[in-house]
Amino acid sequence: MSKKKTKLEEMDFSRYDFRNREDPAYKVSNGLTKEIVSSISQEKHDPSWMLDFRLHCLEIYDHLKLPSWGPSLKELSLDEIATYVKPRTTMKDSWEEVPLQIKDTFERLGIPQAERESLAGVGAQYDSEVVYHNMQKEVSEQGVIYTDMESALTEHEDMVKKYFMKLVPPFDHKFAALHGAVWSGGSFVYVPEGIHVKAPLQSYFRLNAAGAGQFEHTLIILAPGSSLHFIEGCSAPKYNVLNLHAGCVELYVGEGARLRYSTIENWSKNMMNLNTKRAKVERNGTIEWVSGSFGSHISMLYPSSLLVGEGAHSQYTGITFAGKGQILDTGAKVIHSAPNTTSSISTKSISKNGGVSITRSQVSVAAKAFGVKSTVSCESLMLDSLSRSDTIPAMDIKNDQADIGHEARIGRISDQAIYYLMTRGIGEKDARTLIVRGFADPIAKELPMEYAVEMNNLINLEMEGSIG
Amino acid sequence: MATELLRVQDIAAEVQEKNLLEHINLVINEGEIHVLMGPNGAGKSTLGNVIMGHPSYHISHGSVRFLGEDITKMTPDKRARKGLFLSFQNPEEVPGVSLENFLRTAKSAIKGEEENVFVFNLALKKLMKTLDMDPSYADRQLNVGFSGGEKKKSEILQMLALEPRLAILDETDSGLDIDAVRIVSQGIKAFHNKSNALLIITHNTKILENITPDFVHILVKGRLVAQGDASLIRTIEQKGYAPFFETQEMLS
Repeated sequence: MSKKKTKLEEMDFSRYDFRNREDPAYKVSNGLTKEIVSSISQEKHDPSWMLDFRLHCLEIYDHLKLPSWGPSLKELSLDEIATYVKPRTTMKDSWEEVPLQIKDTFERLGIPQAERESLAGVGAQYDSEVVYHNMQKEVSEQGVIYTDMESALTEHEDMVKKYFMKLVPPFDHKFAALHGAVWSGGSFVYVPEGIHVKAPLQSYFRLNAAGAGQFEHTLIILAPGSSLHFIEGCSAPKYNVLNLHAGCVELYVGEGARLRYSTIENWSKNMMNLNTKRAKVERNGTIEWVSGSFGSHISMLYPSSLLVGEGAHSQYTGITFAGKGQILDTGAKVIHSAPNTTSSISTKSISKNGGVSITRSQVSVAAKAFGVKSTVSCESLMLDSLSRSDTIPAMDIKNDQADIGHEARIGRISDQAIYYLMTRGIGEKDARTLIVRGFADPIAKELPMEYAVEMNNLINLEMEGSIG
Repeated sequence: MATELLRVQDIAAEVQEKNLLEHINLVINEGEIHVLMGPNGAGKSTLGNVIMGHPSYHISHGSVRFLGEDITKMTPDKRARKGLFLSFQNPEEVPGVSLENFLRTAKSAIKGEEENVFVFNLALKKLMKTLDMDPSYADRQLNVGFSGGEKKKSEILQMLALEPRLAILDETDSGLDIDAVRIVSQGIKAFHNKSNALLIITHNTKILENITPDFVHILVKGRLVAQGDASLIRTIEQKGYAPFFETQEMLS
């Protein structure tokens, strides 16, 4: 590969790849011990039950093994990760009050602009703590709560106690336990009965510190008949040491409620992204997952939907783009435990330059969940012979009245299609980009406007880096 | 005196060391309509692709010149930007890319500057009307789920929008019903003027009922065996290609 290519690859994530000098107010030492967990809890002024919970999670963490399936996580050592890095500020509700360097970071990521133009509320986390949270007055007047998890813990302690890590219990897997022990930051949302939040809420997570971990917790509760679109974004500058992201998302969708949860993930390529997302959907409720995974070194991410009420519906739409040095192991899980529940999983994955993209899907239907309908469609596009793409479907259907469909397609860019576009004056590089964009288009359509544009830009940048 | 557009000089082309074309000579000037005929498998499409620069064909001898410039080693996109166009028998499907978006990208590449979205949209809708195409086709994914006739119309639409100097139409008439043939030949007539030219590749004569070619070339087993005016078409209609096989055998 030529020198030029290297330069372009570095350019790829330039929009996200800028570092600020590290200037934390407080940072725990690397590693994971009882003392470290206790000092995080103390620093965060946890109520005593939360300290007990954290220490309980640490014990579980110590007992659990790394997952025996999926990509190897051996290179990750918690001894080299600082699990808590507190920025030198408290949470503000006006950008003017946010320290300049941190404010600039979010300006460059376009967050305040998006807030002005199209969002009902914004939360912004920098390393381990939320530095900005604000919501339009009209929305808060409807009784909607949108704040950081720490404030929720003091102001809405009963709700947090009732829902926090109940959907993703700490013994679920090793990184759920880790999350429980060292969680910090994230957003809390409550939408009251019958309220429709018209514009989306967006939380953005930025990890600036090298060798650090981010463990934000997102808890969303939709009361019956309400609706919300929540957008989650994340990015980090690139370092030579590994960073770790083990966030947790718990979504409670009430009867007849509708939640759309969109994510665009642009972690730098030194990030281990081991995130857990789960939704519980009551009768006639709907969860829609829209997920774009572009960054990270290794990702393991499988948003799950538990359809517990009759007529509940889950829809997952996801795209991954795995480049050099990346293993993106993603997918979706649906558990149909009530009758007449429906689900669809639709994924597209692109791999190039030796990138590995693995798509897993799991559909389970309980013995008494009759009348279930589910369709799974996974499409992969490999841009060269170095890259890999796998599709791993799993199904566990416990009654014979389910209507389940599955299709998977793995392909390469057709030389004939490139030739065809070239005969119309379009250069080879642009022809490839056009084809890849076309492949991704059905997903781009699902994304909020500015993210669709961003995804197209990312594909452009990724493609520039991929032409050898 | 009309400007020379294309000069194919003693071309031999092969794919995987198999000879497909030999000793091909062809000159096309502005304002002319050429027809290339020949039986199935004669190499007609190959010649179109060789002129366009398909990367699978190896040119073992000779040269292709366009507007005086040697383009033998030029990539297809550069040839297109110089004014060459090839319409395909069975154009590729490109999912997720709309016909309009694709064609605007192509037009911008050829012009060397961004086409205005609004202006292009208006111009495209107008062209679609002349081809009796439903305007909704502009938003459809390029060739995806198009019927045979729709694909051919889409190719002619692209020719009209991109305004090449030389358009090569590969079997644009095959598989079309009478109405579609009429519309396609209307499109060809709308396109043709004094400063451009056409090379129409066909193996039947239906499309030529509405168009009078200046030159007719017969290709048999990879060699041009005869050249004449429109009257050559009558000969083929009456006698088929059999007499030309003898010529080909004599030549080789």
